[in-house]
Amino acid sequence: MSKVKIDINHVSKLANLNLTKEEKEKFEKQLSSVLTYISQLNEIETEGVEPIGHITGMVNVLREDEPRPSLSQEDSLLNASKKQNGFFQVDSIFEE
Amino acid sequence: MVREETEFVNWEAVIGLEVHIELSTKSKMFCGCSTDYFTAKPNTHTCPVCLGLPGAMPKANKLAIKYTQLIGLALNCKTRTGSKFDRKNYFYPDLAKGFQISQYDLPFSENGHMFITTNGRTKKIGITRAHLEEDTGKLIHTKLNGTRLTLVDFNRSGVPLIEIVTEPDISSSLEAKTYARNLQQVVRYLKVSDADMEKGSMRIEPNVSLRKVTKGQESMVKELPPYKVELKNINSFKFAEKAIEYEIKRQRKILESGKMPKQETRGWNETKQETVSQRSKEEAHDYRYFPEPDLPPFAFEEKYFKSISEEIPELPDEKRKRFTKDYSLAENDARTLTEGVELAKFFEEAAGAYKKDPKIVANWITGEVLRRLNEENKTISDSPLLPASLAELLFLIDKGEITKANGKEILANMIKTGDDPRATVIKLKVTGISDIKLEEIVIQTISRNPKAIEDYKKGKEASLMFLIGQVQRITKGQAKPEKVREFVLRKLSEAD
Repeated sequence: MSKVKIDINHVSKLANLNLTKEEKEKFEKQLSSVLTYISQLNEIETEGVEPIGHITGMVNVLREDEPRPSLSQEDSLLNASKKQNGFFQVDSIFEE
Repeated sequence: MVREETEFVNWEAVIGLEVHIELSTKSKMFCGCSTDYFTAKPNTHTCPVCLGLPGAMPKANKLAIKYTQLIGLALNCKTRTGSKFDRKNYFYPDLAKGFQISQYDLPFSENGHMFITTNGRTKKIGITRAHLEEDTGKLIHTKLNGTRLTLVDFNRSGVPLIEIVTEPDISSSLEAKTYARNLQQVVRYLKVSDADMEKGSMRIEPNVSLRKVTKGQESMVKELPPYKVELKNINSFKFAEKAIEYEIKRQRKILESGKMPKQETRGWNETKQETVSQRSKEEAHDYRYFPEPDLPPFAFEEKYFKSISEEIPELPDEKRKRFTKDYSLAENDARTLTEGVELAKFFEEAAGAYKKDPKIVANWITGEVLRRLNEENKTISDSPLLPASLAELLFLIDKGEITKANGKEILANMIKTGDDPRATVIKLKVTGISDIKLEEIVIQTISRNPKAIEDYKKGKEASLMFLIGQVQRITKGQAKPEKVREFVLRKLSEAD
């Protein structure tokens, strides 16, 4: 079984995580071994098998267009690490 | 194969449009929060689902899906019997969950088209797809005590949003504007969105690039340029037009200097009248789409599509054609009258009451009625004016009870009050001259001007004009000139 390679810099960027050099080395190895394990599935013959995105068998789970009460502003912001006048506050997303 | 040296002819703009339209459902796409957020305080229309709290389960809004399919059908799309939602993964502060629920490979509608007419030429614009997704939160970029920061309001987060993507079939800013206007009109006819650019319920993102056209290849199928520039921050049709024009010029300059424009996103800056590169910290596009695990797929029957397509009203194109045919209207008038469903309906009702000549009704509506409404920044639905009242006003003018000039004044008042024309005539004391009264004045005038009568009989045409002028002076211009002329001539011949 060939080892699956992983670009830890790309993956950590996509996950919005700042990793130290040690963490990068550690996670690169761990993620790679997870993917290698999963890749065993590629060995199964799937010719003629319908692709499936759901296994519950449910279809058309829908709701009518009826509004319901929302949370209060206070409750909405309860878990926010930073807030400002009823808004969630985050670092500026535009560069100087 | 030996090819002749290709001869450069021109640069051709290659434009595709991505239009986002918020659907006018009462509740959000995947939760029951109200979509009536426009003037609401920040973060008062949210719940665990649209805030992306762990464990919250989305459930799809049936009506929003139907609206998307209706738009698809109206744009001649194929509607899918099997469809699903997918996760589009990216980090951005306007997205609480770290992903947006959207559609990837099985959009509700795809492969449609729309016809647009610019400068008398009709062109088919391909619609690649119309898919449904959730709107994001609203970001406000500000500065606090010298530090730049971004504030987030999630009221808009999760509002059903349809994305309609065209093929790169558009080749000028005018075509882009025309397409966008047509699309807005169709959506409004369907009553699935107010599609208001200023309020942000309709957003246009053109992508623009230029390709070289060489001699002999003008009408051939051409390759797409190896780059494209996406334009954002456009909140009016005018801005869209200006941004595209600016971008064509900018890219042309770069290409003519032998370089290649950068593939990037640029925002329209109205103050500077230019597009500006938007360098944000957004990560390179690697969305890692996968089927949304929290939302089971959908299966629709042809029977269902047939039943919803019956709900599609007569669309702007058809209506316009019918107006030119059934009412013998000029193309321009038909276009103006079918701009909105309400105005078209008003015209048809007025023309139904004033059967004599629909063109006269059309002239009054496209002229006086719209002019007065525009002055007050209103639409026909804002005015209490009834179609039957307009028809009655036209009858009064025909009968000579009021002049056309007075009719305009009376109409202006009717548009404000909704009063019927007779009541308005009395209220404004602008009564024209009744036939009996006019006859009286004509007889008086003739008896007072024997000299003019004599001159007229000698063939002096100016005397007739003099007499008409005298009558007009006494009536203070309230009688129809043709009518005065007719009365004077009749009395003169009777005096023989």
